[in-house]
Amino acid sequence: MTLHVDSPAAPPRPSPRRSGGRRGPKQSGGWSRFDLRATPYFLVSPYFLLFAIFGIFPLGYTLWVSLHDWELAGDKTLVGFDNYIELITDEAFWNAVVNTLGMFVMSTIPQLVLALLLANALNKRIRGRLFFRLGVLLPLITSVVAVAVVFTQLYGRDYGMINWFLSFFGVDAINWQNEKWSAWIAISTMIDWRWTGYNSIILLAAMQTIPKDLYEAASIDGATPKRQFWQITIPMLRPTIIFVVFISTIGGLTLFTEPVMFDGNPTMSGGSTGQYQTVAMFIVKEAFRDFDFGYAAAASWLLFVLILLGTLINYSFTRRIGGSK
Amino acid sequence: MLNNKRHGKLAAVAVMAATALAITSCSSSETAAPAAEGGSATAAAEPVTITVHTFGGGENFGYDKAVETWNAANPNIQVKYQNLTDRFEDVYLPQLLQRLQAGSGAADIIALDEGAMGLMKARPQFFTDLAEYGLDSRKADFPAAKWDNGINADNKLFALGTDIGGMTMCYRKDLFEKAGLPTDREEVGKLWPDWNAFKAIGEKFKAANPGKTDPKFLDGPNTLYNVILSQEAPKNGNVAYFDKNNQLIVESNPAIKTSFDTVKDFSEAGLTAKLASFTPPWNTAIKKGAFATMGCPAWMLGVVSGAAGDENKGKWDVAAVPGGAGNWGGSYLAVPKQSKHPKEAAEVLNYLTGKDGHVMAFQEAAAFPSSIPAQQDPAVADLKNEFFNDAPTGQIFGASVKDLLPVFLGEKHAQVKTAVEKVLEGMDQGSIPYDQAWTKFLEAGVKAAG
Repeated sequence: MTLHVDSPAAPPRPSPRRSGGRRGPKQSGGWSRFDLRATPYFLVSPYFLLFAIFGIFPLGYTLWVSLHDWELAGDKTLVGFDNYIELITDEAFWNAVVNTLGMFVMSTIPQLVLALLLANALNKRIRGRLFFRLGVLLPLITSVVAVAVVFTQLYGRDYGMINWFLSFFGVDAINWQNEKWSAWIAISTMIDWRWTGYNSIILLAAMQTIPKDLYEAASIDGATPKRQFWQITIPMLRPTIIFVVFISTIGGLTLFTEPVMFDGNPTMSGGSTGQYQTVAMFIVKEAFRDFDFGYAAAASWLLFVLILLGTLINYSFTRRIGGSK
Repeated sequence: MLNNKRHGKLAAVAVMAATALAITSCSSSETAAPAAEGGSATAAAEPVTITVHTFGGGENFGYDKAVETWNAANPNIQVKYQNLTDRFEDVYLPQLLQRLQAGSGAADIIALDEGAMGLMKARPQFFTDLAEYGLDSRKADFPAAKWDNGINADNKLFALGTDIGGMTMCYRKDLFEKAGLPTDREEVGKLWPDWNAFKAIGEKFKAANPGKTDPKFLDGPNTLYNVILSQEAPKNGNVAYFDKNNQLIVESNPAIKTSFDTVKDFSEAGLTAKLASFTPPWNTAIKKGAFATMGCPAWMLGVVSGAAGDENKGKWDVAAVPGGAGNWGGSYLAVPKQSKHPKEAAEVLNYLTGKDGHVMAFQEAAAFPSSIPAQQDPAVADLKNEFFNDAPTGQIFGASVKDLLPVFLGEKHAQVKTAVEKVLEGMDQGSIPYDQAWTKFLEAGVKAAG
């Protein structure tokens, strides 16, 4: 609100927002008041315009599509909430939900714990600190597809390195795509490899804002480093942890590229029996493999609700950090 | 509150601006299109570019030489040929449908796999009537089945045939030799008059390759299943997943059950390498010789030679298929209505589906011509395939397509095919128990058709 300088006609007013139109008739500077109020909105409007076009409109349009039996390049008829009703009784959809949640838990919890420990380690005085800090961030700059392709080859049944390694311990060649547990592990490692460093750098940045005197005071009182970590670092990191958990929740629930690449071909079925089909893959499969747009749109909305719920649940957990003490 | 009101007004303004933007962007593209069209019509000397989009693995449609020849002879109509992807059902087709619906982005000439012809026939609004450009005169060049499939729901000719599948069995000569089996293609063909005999040879091969990492007899369930289905469907009223009224008959069609049972039999006997076809591990296995046989329609030869690479030249050969004639695959070319140069596109289409185009494609990618004059051409009939140990592929495929009958493929054929084959893969790889596979197979079919 530095725009005040541009309005010479406006006398200094204690609170221009509140006094509003009541003084209107007395004032001659109607335009300048309009200027004062509208210009800030005008200046921020590009973002909201873009958001309306690429955010609100697709959301609304998806809702509209979801109320139809809508075939790609084909007929469409209004069917009301039939798609939603069919969806909540669709085994394949709930299978995708379970997969998504399963892989989310399997990847996010170790990832955040590891990120926290890494950040704590990087926060210490160690030799080559910059090198290590850059190093943990390095996986982030690789392309998701490249990561997924390489990992999928590592997990290959016949010529994969992991099976080759396991063969020294007498383990038979595992078909990683074949079972839920193995596919989930494989995909979770891809996610963790790429995102752990990112999260640890964010947590590290937050750690560095914690005042040093807190630690000094704790040391003087005889608190061990472990205790300092749990009673100073973690509570002070709460807002950042909430942020990191939110971002991971959204990322985890829209998981797509890794399982698609892991499948080997883009049928979006996530394995022969949908062992690792995520909700995002389910949506693409319905829309662009089976050409059922309405059904896919309904699934998109349910995914939206799912993310909302997931975020709320996570929020209620993470807000208790440090507060319980 | 005043603030809220203003907020509301601003939101309204934003929405109006957004719709205005949307409207102007729409109308501008609409007005631009006719202008461009008029421009090219008046400036006839300006060379026209005709784009051709195809799909397929390995050598795919094999139009490199045909396009080169055309471009050299026709400076005014330059053809740009692009193979988009090796996957039809789950990459090429959805993209194409979106482009057709959007009204832009599709090439002037598009290739269609037979599996999508039911779907495309039901959408005549997207295609140019080729009879308008005189291509209905080509009827005598094609077998009736191939020609009729290019007629859509409006009774208009919208697509002309390119290749035809036919059916043979590809086999690795070196692996056969190691397993103590004959290697000469005549003798190999005689080993397996039917699928039972084929299985017996498979058992023999397995006995000679008992190790875990030894080569397997077959690649996986998909190719085997499609080969058998292509032979069984003509015996059961020329229908596969749908009857001629587009009703799903996956459960009642004996052709499906027979094909399924045979695949299950081979899988349970441990004769497959448990690979899903057209995947990276499958390609690698072709290169490394991880399996000894695979059902091969003509176009599959191009896929195999492309995936195996030059270093495997001469290791593969082609023999007769167990169980007799069948047709799997084969494609069509069509001109979308959105093409700006339908006349020139039709001309190029006429050339590519004509005798010369067919012959060159066969030489390049072993895609066997559906055009009768091309089949009779000595360049096809006498052609030997260098990669496949100089097998006389012209002769072999010519014999295999002689008595082909048209198999009706419903509107949702591609989706049902993908879904049920997933179950076969799951069964073969062990995530679906053999005794539940048939139930799952039917469920998947019903769901995909729904």
